[in-house]
Amino acid sequence: MIGFILRRILVVIPTLLGVSIIIFLMLAITPGDPAELLLGERATKESLDAMREYLGLQKPLYVQYGLFLKRVAQFDLGETIWTRQKVSVEIMERFPATIELTLAAMIISSFLGIILGIISATKQYSWFDYASMLGSLFGVSMPVFWLGLVLMLIFALNLGWFPMSGRLGVDIDLTTITNLFVLDSVLTRNWEALRSALMHLTLPAIALSTIPLAIVARMTRSSMLEVLRQDYIKTARAKGLSEFKIVLKHALRNGLIPVVTVVGLQFGILLGGAILTETVFAWPGVGKWLYDGVVKRDYMVIQGGCLLVATIFVFVNLIVDVLYAIINPRISVK
Amino acid sequence: MAKNKIQKIKFFERITNPEDRHPIFDQIEKLFKNRTAVAGLIIITLFAFTAIFAPLISPHNPDENSLYDQLKPPVWNEGGSTNNLLGTDDLGRDMLSRLIYGARVSLTLGIVSVGIALVFGSLLGSLAGYYKGWPDNLIMRFMDLILAFPYILLAIVIVAYLGPGLKNAMIAIGIINIPRFARIIRASVMEEYEKDYVTAARAVGAHNRRIIFNAIFPNCLSPIIVQASLGFGEAILSGAGLSFLGLGAQPPLSEWGAMIAQGRSMILRAWWVMTFPGIAILFAVLGFNLLGDGLRDALDPRLRD
Repeated sequence: MIGFILRRILVVIPTLLGVSIIIFLMLAITPGDPAELLLGERATKESLDAMREYLGLQKPLYVQYGLFLKRVAQFDLGETIWTRQKVSVEIMERFPATIELTLAAMIISSFLGIILGIISATKQYSWFDYASMLGSLFGVSMPVFWLGLVLMLIFALNLGWFPMSGRLGVDIDLTTITNLFVLDSVLTRNWEALRSALMHLTLPAIALSTIPLAIVARMTRSSMLEVLRQDYIKTARAKGLSEFKIVLKHALRNGLIPVVTVVGLQFGILLGGAILTETVFAWPGVGKWLYDGVVKRDYMVIQGGCLLVATIFVFVNLIVDVLYAIINPRISVK
Repeated sequence: MAKNKIQKIKFFERITNPEDRHPIFDQIEKLFKNRTAVAGLIIITLFAFTAIFAPLISPHNPDENSLYDQLKPPVWNEGGSTNNLLGTDDLGRDMLSRLIYGARVSLTLGIVSVGIALVFGSLLGSLAGYYKGWPDNLIMRFMDLILAFPYILLAIVIVAYLGPGLKNAMIAIGIINIPRFARIIRASVMEEYEKDYVTAARAVGAHNRRIIFNAIFPNCLSPIIVQASLGFGEAILSGAGLSFLGLGAQPPLSEWGAMIAQGRSMILRAWWVMTFPGIAILFAVLGFNLLGDGLRDALDPRLRD
């Protein structure tokens, strides 16, 4: 198993190199002068020349890539066109907001999805099963951004239960430590801020969680159905164990193995979905920042944001695979 | 006459006689017995019908502005009229007509992007599965790279570099879907490769291209059809997402995602402008997901829950 894990970790290196090549090449093959693309239309001649020198544009492509890689390794992602701030600084400012939203959505979707899946599997072909599976089909067919707007219309604008957008009420002070507002307000025992942060978090997290919720529910159902048909479950039944015990103690352990992978893979969907959800709810995270960068054609932002998100995605996939090997030793033998 | 009749009877026998009929009829029969698939087929037929006959069934010109009819609510609301059943947008354009024409854009987007993914994915996947060794490694590692980006992010980035527009959105969605097809086809080609008929084809001296495309490929169709149906729905969703962000279809083209974006700014004054396009997307995508699920059950019993 250790061999499998080591091999899996080694694969990360070529993958990350490949990702960096793709991101590098995208700028190189975009029509126009890269220096001008990166600095915007209003750049002066001197700054353009400096940028050309900095990117090594007069050198061959592979040298340019080497320089790019060197800068990335030093966490130097350049400056944005619009704010003239360092891209790395802007990312670090916004990253906690995205993490907070993504984690909240992931908790909702895995928790509810697993519960729905288990109930559907134990009561196969019941009305609950049909309803939850039909519901999950609707869930995967729904545009996230539209659901976000509908939730906003009903629960924020008409009923006024939740705030419309942002992360925290304007009248609330919060000492930030981690920049995860929910965690910070608990750490500083600022209950008013906690309430406000949770209220702001609810609608975007629900919107973002629908697709993963549906996928997790379906996966849990089919995996549990398969496990419940196995002989050892029959044995447990024959021993006279209660159905509750059979499902939760015997079946769930094996039934959840494939679900772990699915939950992990949802992270990528969530990061992608965060771009749309953050835009709808004006959530000040990396997704909205990246979207603003795309709209303003700020290539430094696009480059830095993509590199960050893709890198996280690669590492999350690594963690998922390793976890999977640990909880399911059969896989590493193959 | 008589000969024709005999032929007809023979054909009928071939369908009904279980020993003699082509297996495809079994699968079609199974498909029509599958309620999920039939529900999906009905929705898709309606959707395609709307798209194709849009000029005939839409009550108004979708791009026609009408300054006197701005933001009229749907017919069942106070102030609505039968002239605009689903109301009008801020330029007085008829919502129903725009929705009907929007089906055209989504249908085109689905066909083009799934087509791109299908053609390149099949080609790369069958090469990888058939030749194995280094071509397989090269192709599949490249596919892994595309999969290393979160789904919609890569589409957004490709469009950001190519420039916004419906055509580039279709290309981007096609590209990000190539690895899914390639993976599925590679796996089925590898499975089929081991079978006797491939050995037989090689023994009679068929060349590689013929073995891949005439012998193996037709036997790998089931998973491809399933993926095409599911991919179609996903393509519509991503296309709407890109248009919502202003990267896909550009105004004044009636496209569902772009209509939602347009309705967003008047969400309080006119809820219908953003609500109806979303319902249209939901049902179109649902149709393809239902069909995909049903097809999976009918064509590929191994994958059934």
